[in-house]
This record gives sequence, structure tokens and C-alpha cells, in this order.
Amino acid sequence: MRYYDKLIFELSHPGRTGYSLPSVQQYPFFAEKCSSGVAVDAAVPANLLRKSKLELPEVSEVDVVRHYTNLSQMNFGVDTGFYPLGSCTMKYNPKINEEIANHPAFAGLHPLQPAETVKGAQAVIDGLDAALAAITGMKHFTFLPCAGAHGELTGLMLMREYHMARNDSARVKVIVPDSAHGTNPASAAVCGLQIVEVKSGADGLVDVEALKPLLGPDVAGIMMTNPNTLGLFERQIGEIARLVHECGGLLYYDGANMNPLLGKVRPGDMGFDIMHLNLHKTFSTPHGGGGPGSGPVGVGERVLPYLRIPQTSGFHGNFGVMLRAYAYILMLGKQNVKMAGPLATLSANYIKESLKDCYKLPIPTVCKHEFVFDGLINDGAREGKTGATTLDVAKRLLDYGFHAPTIYFPLLFHQALMIEPTETESLETLDEFIAVMKKIAAEAAEDPDILHGAPHNAPIGRPDETAAARNPILKA
Amino acid sequence: MAGSAYFPHTGDDIRKMLERIGVRSLDDLYSDVPADFIYNKEYELPDALSEQEVRNFFDELGKKNTSLKVFVGQGAYDHYVPSVIPYITSRSEFLTAYTPYQCEISQGTLRYIFEWQSMVCRLTGMDVSNASMYDGPSAAAEALRMAVACTRKRNKVVVSTKLMQNVLDVVKTYLKYPDIEVVYAWDVLEELGPDVAGVIVPSICRHGVIQDLGGIADAVHAAGALLIEYCDPSALAVLKTPAEWGADIAVGDGQSLGIPLCYGGPYVGFLACKSEYMRKLPGRIVGQATDKDGKRCFVLTLQAREQHIRREKATSNICSNQSLMALWVTVYLSLMGPEGLRKVNELSCAGAHYLYEELLKTGRFEEAFPGRPFLKEFCLKPLVPVAVLQQKLLDAGFFGALELDGYVTFCVTEKRTKEEIDALVAVVKEIAL
Amino acid sequence: MSKILDELLYSESHEWVKVDGNIAIIGVSDFAQEEMGDITYVDAPAEGDTVAKGEDFGALESVKASSELYSPVSGNVVAVNEELEDKPELINEDPYGAWIIKVEMSDKSELDTLLSAAAYAEIAQ
Repeated sequence: MRYYDKLIFELSHPGRTGYSLPSVQQYPFFAEKCSSGVAVDAAVPANLLRKSKLELPEVSEVDVVRHYTNLSQMNFGVDTGFYPLGSCTMKYNPKINEEIANHPAFAGLHPLQPAETVKGAQAVIDGLDAALAAITGMKHFTFLPCAGAHGELTGLMLMREYHMARNDSARVKVIVPDSAHGTNPASAAVCGLQIVEVKSGADGLVDVEALKPLLGPDVAGIMMTNPNTLGLFERQIGEIARLVHECGGLLYYDGANMNPLLGKVRPGDMGFDIMHLNLHKTFSTPHGGGGPGSGPVGVGERVLPYLRIPQTSGFHGNFGVMLRAYAYILMLGKQNVKMAGPLATLSANYIKESLKDCYKLPIPTVCKHEFVFDGLINDGAREGKTGATTLDVAKRLLDYGFHAPTIYFPLLFHQALMIEPTETESLETLDEFIAVMKKIAAEAAEDPDILHGAPHNAPIGRPDETAAARNPILKA
Repeated sequence: MAGSAYFPHTGDDIRKMLERIGVRSLDDLYSDVPADFIYNKEYELPDALSEQEVRNFFDELGKKNTSLKVFVGQGAYDHYVPSVIPYITSRSEFLTAYTPYQCEISQGTLRYIFEWQSMVCRLTGMDVSNASMYDGPSAAAEALRMAVACTRKRNKVVVSTKLMQNVLDVVKTYLKYPDIEVVYAWDVLEELGPDVAGVIVPSICRHGVIQDLGGIADAVHAAGALLIEYCDPSALAVLKTPAEWGADIAVGDGQSLGIPLCYGGPYVGFLACKSEYMRKLPGRIVGQATDKDGKRCFVLTLQAREQHIRREKATSNICSNQSLMALWVTVYLSLMGPEGLRKVNELSCAGAHYLYEELLKTGRFEEAFPGRPFLKEFCLKPLVPVAVLQQKLLDAGFFGALELDGYVTFCVTEKRTKEEIDALVAVVKEIAL
Repeated sequence: MSKILDELLYSESHEWVKVDGNIAIIGVSDFAQEEMGDITYVDAPAEGDTVAKGEDFGALESVKASSELYSPVSGNVVAVNEELEDKPELINEDPYGAWIIKVEMSDKSELDTLLSAAAYAEIAQ
């Protein structure tokens, strides 16, 4: 990767253009109506028109192509290399899916077209709905949510609709494990629900005894990720479901960690009433640098009547993302789907077992799709030298051509390093990663400063984030 | 072993890996899952398809859609998409990256988001923009929540019913569950009061009429509330900006800036505000920084505002953006420049007014809002049965005359040619009065 | 070891209080600023706002975290340290000099519930 310093505005040269549009002369109407021939000036009174100059770049087409090509070369994607970012399921994104998403028979459809003209699009939605229902054991899905957090929000709205329909207005508390994704409490708060945290036990799992006293007539439900953010299967889920249902609450399944269960375990069977999936994780649609994703929400029988109530996005959701996910599921089919979760789990356990001599493994039991190390066993700290941290390990990985794992999450461990390899990586790739992680551990033991200074060969070095936050420069 | 191109594991690989882990089979990796929850049945899914079969499958489904010349807007506009955009946005370094958490190897994403923020500010006249929202309607809802967060102890918002229907629907959904009072009004000024935190109005109403917002900002500010303007960013090349009207927050959907219709998504919302509200702006924000060697670089900044610790007090739960769609818009605006975007408006406006005049000449319509200015979208009062009108248009390959509040609505973009407009008018002329 | 001043009172949420007649001067402890790291922004109330004991009156932000500020006493905010608006780093540099707000107390007996320096030293580690 090579450092490239320009912003598009800095390439601007007055009078240069990168567009190609037809002539405006073809309409007789304005030729008669206004002498200047400027339609907008004739159609709109002057007091409604823009006064300030519009400072957009003035560049040619080749300038645009080269600029963004240069920018792309400072980026790292799944196609660049191994991307073991925990909790993000950075699996390979099949290319046929891109072709399907750009299919002109779908890309040209207006969202308000009459039903009889969009039968193909409806078939995609129905087919994906049925497939996701089969995979998860839920009844039906709404595809309006555009991301996982958006799905959480929509799902909690459904939880509230369920209780509101029963005039059960006292249920305003939602229970969230202390290991939950940070978005869970935020989603609950935005939905007008109060958060109650339930502690994990020493084994990293929800402590059922700690849960019991929290349950009561004011509980709307519980939000759980299973496997949880430590990559551990919540084996008490059957009992938890029974207790929560018994107190009149619902179970929400945060599908961020669905990948190891793909083809193996169905959230509906575990007793969940509402769930969201991240099509951009489990169903291989590209993350796009942070979006667009898709966070469809599925419901079981008791929440089904309310499924269409929350309108959380403007039309039908991110249809282009749905097309990709559907194509992926069709490629997997009923045969291959059974292999996805187990192979992802295999890869994670393989890395875990291969590195536990160099990195602290706080919970040694079998993991699912991901696991958490708590920093280096020997961080190299000694007289006059501070040890290498998780951040340092992450930055050093970049030097060796790997993306870093998720760091400092979950919050349960101070030096958390969360690794999720996914099922699309070969044994050779995993072995290379393991070798590099061992090499970094050896470097830290020898001289932690090698890590403190990393990355050494990325386009930029570590930035001064404090200065950036104290004096924000947010636009050119 | 695995019959899928996406699983590289050979039988031998799996054996080696299981051995390292110290278990005998893949099933052993699920020994922590109670047996009741293991799904041993066959999934109710189709048989695995080959790539060729998948392509054929979608070709066949595509044939069930009808390709139409689009003469409707209502929040989704059929503007031309320059070929450079999909070319750039399909580069895998952009497409297959995730959130720029590791900024040292994400400068591409961070830079284009910084450019997007800059362009949104330049279009709207606002001081600060975030890295983008899911879509325009959800951005509008988030802006109202933001107004409540910005004004202490005020808990009511006023929503103009002149907004498009899908914006109203999403706003209604978002504000239903938290403790925020919402009032809907055609004339928002009638609802101002000491408990109002924010007011949202469109710059172009649902009927296509360009709004004169003169005096609204002053009245809203005098009442101690924030003014939010919902706008079509494409039109901001020619129309008075939210800043010029005195708005505090600008929101809208970037779809009109080069994003294909794609049956409603993915699109991209924008949310920008005056600098004094920067700390309450939801979502991601990219800022300029310098690295340890003094090189200019870009980072996610002001991260701590939400989610991290104050999560129970969060006013928004958004923690991603529509990054690739923001790139889509950024490339579009780079290609168009100020002149190109003006010309898009010029062509759309000229075409729309031509269609408007020609439709009136057919005698099948009356003016709905005589003398009121419009740009590319307008309403007419139909004098023929709407169902017949719509069916005739569909039969001739046009999507137009969408019914709205007793009127029918049309929209013309620069993609529509004079021949297409003439052909649509010819169809209308054949409908018996 | 973080610094703890003997003459101040402390809350369990790491705010310090200096009593000056009926006025409580409030800031955050050295321990708190160390835990937060480089402070980038102080979200403080406005003069004239009321605060209640145990309730949040603002927040501190650093690059990675945001932390609520809880008022150790109830009363009216009579002054806000405006210098922190541009220089939040003062809290890192001199946590006991960089006060955040001054509160005119409505119930001085609330001070009795606060921790002495010795008691606070037990939890600030």
C-alpha cells in the first residue's frame, strides 16, 4: 500500500468537467417562456433559488477514476487478505452475488411500482423469507432494517408492540447480559426501554441464578447473543427461555453471532421469539466499508401479528443486499448450508489451540466461531520498557499483511483480542496467520518497542486521535 | 469434501485441524450445545445450485418484472448513473472492507467519507455532516431525536404533513416508543410552543411544490426550538439551501445523486447541522488528523459521544453508515461538479414543465396548485378515472400518475427524453373523457 | 498511585468536592482522569441549571470512552468552568485545579454521605 495525499477538492480546476449529459435545447416550452433559456430561473421565483456558490470539485473523468483508484489502494478488504475481525464475520463475498445485485431487471425497479410489475422482486423477497425461516426456525421476516443495530431497534419495537397489544404497559425493562454488544443497551434506550444488566459467571456464561431475581411483571424481555461475544454457547438457554417466558417476557436473539449456528442450530428452536440476522455477516454480502448491510428481523408465532407495524426504513429495505444474500443461499443449498457453521467453528478452535501457548486464553473451553485472548503471555515488559499491548499486536499484524482482530471488546477482559476466522479461509491461510501471531509474540518478548512503533509499512503511522477529537476538522 | 467453492477445506485439512484441537469429529465441536437444539433434519431449502443455475434462476425471476419508463419520484428518482460510479464502487478494496477501525489500512474509506461530509456541507450550507445514515426517512427521524437531545427539557416535536409519506411513516415509527410527543401539522407554525424541541419541514413538499420557508426559521428559533429541513440534495444545486433558510439541521436522501432505483435500496441518508450541535450529531464522523510522522490522515473521531459508556442514555443506536453508498454519491458529485448538477436540474425541470403543459393540453387534467413553483415533480387533478389512466400508461410501458391525496403525481428526470414524454402524452390523449 | 488530596471530600463515582461556605466546588479525581486517558471534551451544564445528588450533570469524553459525571450534592449551578471548553486537557494536567462546576447547595447535610480522603483511597485503586 502506498500513501496518497490528495483530496478530490485539491484536484479541482475551474472549467473542467467529468459529466456527459444531453442538450437542454430539445424542449420548445422554455424557448418561448424565457429569454435566457434557463428553465430553472423561469420556473422558480428568485427568492427560492440558491444564492451561495456551490463549491463542488471541477475535475475530468480521468481525474475522478485515478483519484478513487489511488484511494482504494490505501484500503484493505477481504479480497486483499485474511480479515479475522471478531464479531464481524468477514467471510469471502462471492462474485456471482454482485452480478445478481446489478441485474438490470432488478436495479431499474422503482420502489412504488404496482405489484403486478414487480413479481420477480416479490419472489426474491418471498424466497429469501422462506429460506431464512427454514434456517432460523422463525415464521417470517421483515426486511426493512438496513443494519444489525437497525434490526435490534425494529425487533425491540416488535417486543413493545406485543406487550402493548396485551395492554401490558408495565413491561419497560429489558435484560441484557454484561457481555452484550454495546448496541443492545443503546437500542433498548432508543426504544424507550430501561436496561437491566445480568452478570456472567466465571465460565463466561449468563448466570441463571443471577437472572432469576431480575424477572418479574416489569420485564419486557431479554436480549441475548448465542454464542455470546466470547464465542461461547449459552448452554442454559433452554432454562433461560423457560424462565423468561414464564414471567411473561420475550426472548430477543441478536444474530450478530449466527454464523457458527448456520446449518446446525436454529434460534427458533432455542425459544427465541424475535431475532435479527446480519445478511452482511452470515450471508456473505460485502460490508462495503461499513454499509450497506441488511438486518432482517424474524419472529415466531406470538409476535407474527405485529411484524408489519414498524416502518423503520423508507421503502422495502436494502433490496440490493437481499439479492446477494439470496444468491448465496441458493449456491449453498440444503447440502452445503450444513457445513458453513461447523467449518467456521473448526477454524476458530484450530487457531485458538495453536496460539494458546503465546496468548492468554481466559476461557479454555471449546469455542464457536470466535474466541477471545486476553493479551500476550509475555508482553516483554521489563526494567525501562513497557510491555506490548493488544493494540500493539493489532498494529503489528498490519505489517504482516493481515487485518487485525477486534480489540478491547468484549469489555470483560482488559486486553481483549477477539479472533473470528470464518469458514472461507484455507488451512494454509490459518497456518500463516498462526505463524505470524507467534512471530509477533516472540518479537514482543525480545523487544516490545518493535510493536510499539507498528505499523511500520502501512500508508500512515499511528495518528494523534486525541488532537483530532479536541480540535475536530470534519470537512475540507 | 465440501461441495462448495466457498469452503476450501479438504478432508485431509479437516482431519489435521481436528487433531490439533483434540476432538474426533466436527460434531464434537458442538458438544456444548444441548442435543435438543442440534438441528439434525434436512433444511427446507432448495438443492445447491451451480453458478450457471443461479444466474438462470435470477434471469427467470427478472423476466417476471416489467421494465418501465419511470415518471414517478416520491423519494426515489430515476436520475442517470454515470458508468464511472459502479466501476469505482465495485473495486474490492472498497467493497469488501469493513468499518475503518484500523485507520492505518483504511485511509481510502476514511478519505472518501471525509469528502462526502465536505460535499454534504457544501450542498446544504451546514457546518458539520456525519458519515451518512441508512436513508432519508430514518435520518429525518434521527434528526428529530437529536433536536430533543439538543434542547434540554423540551420533549415535543412538530412534523410537517407536507413531508413525503414514507418520511412520515418512518418518523411516526421512530417516535412512537420513546417518551417524545409528536404533533403533525400542515402549518407547523401553529403548533409552536415552549415545550417544542424541533420542527421538521420539507424544502419541496410531497406534491412537488417548492416551499417558501421565509420567516419559519425565525419563528421556530424565537420559540426556542430547532428547525430541521428535509431536502432533495440534487435540487440543492439550484434551490435555496437549508443554511440560507436558517435551518439548524439538514437531512435527506442521497439517492437522487446517482444511486440506482434498485427497488428502494440501498440508498443513503445524510444528516448535517450547525457547528453548535456537533456533539449531538448521531452516527459516525470522520475527522482529519496527523500521524506520528506529521502526515495528514483521517480517523473516526468523536466516537465516545454515544454507545460506549453512555449507552443507556443513547439518543441513537446507529453505529454504522451506508459507507459504499456515500462513496457512490461522492463519485457522482465529483463527476458532475457544480455545472453538471445544475444541468441535471435544468434538464429535469425543463422536461417536467414540458410534460406538465402537454398533459394540461390534453384536457384530461386540471391544475392542482396553479402558479406554485415546482422543479421535477408535480401533481395534477385527473379528469379521467385514475385506474384507467394508470393501466393505459402501464400497458404502454410507463410508470406514472401515482395516486396521491386525490391527485396524480408525475416526475421527470434528465433520463427521460422528449420522445418518451411525447409518447406518454399520446397515450393520455387516447383516454376517453 | 493516583494523588488524593486530604482536604477534599469524594464520591464513589470519583468526583471531588471542595466546600466553600454554602458552595460546593466539583471536579473529578486524579484516579478518574487517569482511567479516562486524554480528555477531549467536557459536557457541562449551564449556569442556573439544577443538579441533584447522585444524578448525572454532564460527561467527560476521551478518545475511547465517555463517562457520566454524577453530582455529589444537590443545588443550583452558580458557575461553570468555561476554560475547559477549549482546554479539556486541564483535567488531565491538574485534576484538582480544574474544577468543572460550582453548586450552591440546597442541603449541606448531603456532604456527610461523601467519602473522606482516606475512605476514597480504598476504592481509588
